[in-house]
Amino acid sequence: MATTTVTRSAETRSSAPSAGRVRAKSPYPTWFYLPAAVIYGVLFIVPTLIAFYFSLTRWSIFDSKFIGFGNYVTFFKEPALVTSLWHTLIYAVVTSGLKVVLGLLLAVLLTSQIVARGYLRSVVFFPVLVSTIGVGLTFTVLMNPEKGLINQSLSVIGIQGPGWLTDPSYALLSVALVDVWKGVGLATLIYIAGIVSIPQEYFEAARVDGAGAWDNFRHIVLPLARPATVTVITLSLIGGLRSFDLIWAMTRGGPGFTSDVIASVIYKQYQAGFYGLSTAGNVVLFVVVTAIVLPLSRFLNRKEVEL
Amino acid sequence: MTVLQSRRPRKNLLLSFVAIVLSVIVFLVPFAFVLLTAIKDQQQASLLDFSWPHQFRLVQNFIDVVQARDYMLIIAFINSTILTVASVTLMVVFGAMVAFVLQRRKSRWNGLVNALVLAGLIIPPAVVPTIWVLQKIGLFRTMPGLILVEVAFGLAFVILLFRAFIGTIPRELDEAAIIDGAGPMRLFFRVILPLLKPVIITSVVVQSVFVFNDFTNPLYFLPGDQNATVQLTLYNFSSQYSTQYNLLFMNILLITIPPLIMYLFFNRQIVAGMTAGAIKG
Repeated sequence: MATTTVTRSAETRSSAPSAGRVRAKSPYPTWFYLPAAVIYGVLFIVPTLIAFYFSLTRWSIFDSKFIGFGNYVTFFKEPALVTSLWHTLIYAVVTSGLKVVLGLLLAVLLTSQIVARGYLRSVVFFPVLVSTIGVGLTFTVLMNPEKGLINQSLSVIGIQGPGWLTDPSYALLSVALVDVWKGVGLATLIYIAGIVSIPQEYFEAARVDGAGAWDNFRHIVLPLARPATVTVITLSLIGGLRSFDLIWAMTRGGPGFTSDVIASVIYKQYQAGFYGLSTAGNVVLFVVVTAIVLPLSRFLNRKEVEL
Repeated sequence: MTVLQSRRPRKNLLLSFVAIVLSVIVFLVPFAFVLLTAIKDQQQASLLDFSWPHQFRLVQNFIDVVQARDYMLIIAFINSTILTVASVTLMVVFGAMVAFVLQRRKSRWNGLVNALVLAGLIIPPAVVPTIWVLQKIGLFRTMPGLILVEVAFGLAFVILLFRAFIGTIPRELDEAAIIDGAGPMRLFFRVILPLLKPVIITSVVVQSVFVFNDFTNPLYFLPGDQNATVQLTLYNFSSQYSTQYNLLFMNILLITIPPLIMYLFFNRQIVAGMTAGAIKG
């Protein structure tokens, strides 16, 4: 139908340099992809692909030498590096689990009839926009074992707080908690959007049937907020697995290697000049992220369709 | 009687009270701590306690932070502004162009492009190989290099936002413009782009906050004091032996102001951008 007009417009503009070929006459030209494709291809796709090659080399500033799977052997033999893999998984699962639970509870609270709803929504959300490094340094001070505000307050009510960031068994979890503090606002917001989009008729029908608050939550909000749950889980898993700046700002992977994650190992190996090993870490991270996120999001989304 | 009561929603006062108290303790106290420490003198700030300042050194601390290390903060603010403005402009224009063609034209490329967009959201960037590529094209340790890196990493999210929005603009509009003799460039930049204003604002605001707060990419791709962006200035005041906490927190305060302003003015757009896809999944 539109063919004739398209042909005419192309004819009148035949002096334009790009109008040479017949296929280029579409009003939606393929070359619109070009600027984005060049930048994305050169600075994202190419590095991602050549990472697989460079991870198999001993690589310094000057040259690289093919050494097969040596870097991966090193990575999985060195206890400090293997534990970073587990730390990454723990960190991602803890942060996304807490964000789902707290985000959902906060969203239910902030969509219910309470005073100062606007204030509460803003105050929960604002940390999302604040610099991660700023948040990290602030909480490093607040979590100081002797002088920090958290342990000072706990000692007032007679609890002796742990050395949040100095005790090897707490450091990783403390950072994860701060991550939740900073990120729960986004989860809450996504859940609020999901809950608000639930048609009011369901709640009215439930009230006629005599349902209480718990029934509403269990049988209406929870199942119908499922797309929001999928988004929150996917987003926070991706973020948690890649997480670097908060950990770097708070513990630098310490004490020892007890809060090292893959992303901080990548940086440390890069700083030390082991580029091949650093890149191998990157490939491991790539595999971990895709192996977890892709099947999970496919599974979660398929279930949604069956409902 | 009871029916009337339950129909008019009553505010739950006890729950509200608990929520407000908890929000103050959990969320406001850390911010108040930053604010109070930022105006203390160095000696009192080093106590790290939550107390009222003996002396108000707001102006003095501000001057000290700005002057530290040869006005590094000023240079960093200029660098961050250039980085944010340039990279967000490019990623929004290029992303919108991709989303436009992707949404309008069904071709064999669509599957591939969609897969690449998804990959951009999920895959963690390979750090050292990116540095290698930047070195090969002569852009490592340069501002244009970092700008292009931010564009490359941010494109996927922008394309996703735009594609959904362009779907709501009727095709008849394109056809009318084409009949009036508009070419692709004119159609896109004069007809379509102005209609995308809401989603442009959303993506500009959200991506500006992301790029401005970015720490990792400047750390890797633009090292060096002269090139510092604001996030890296936070390490100016801590050394191994002593940290000037009052100046550190003044610095944190100063670099929080731009996102705060963004939030005050574009609250609704930020919320819209960040929750996009929450309902559709």
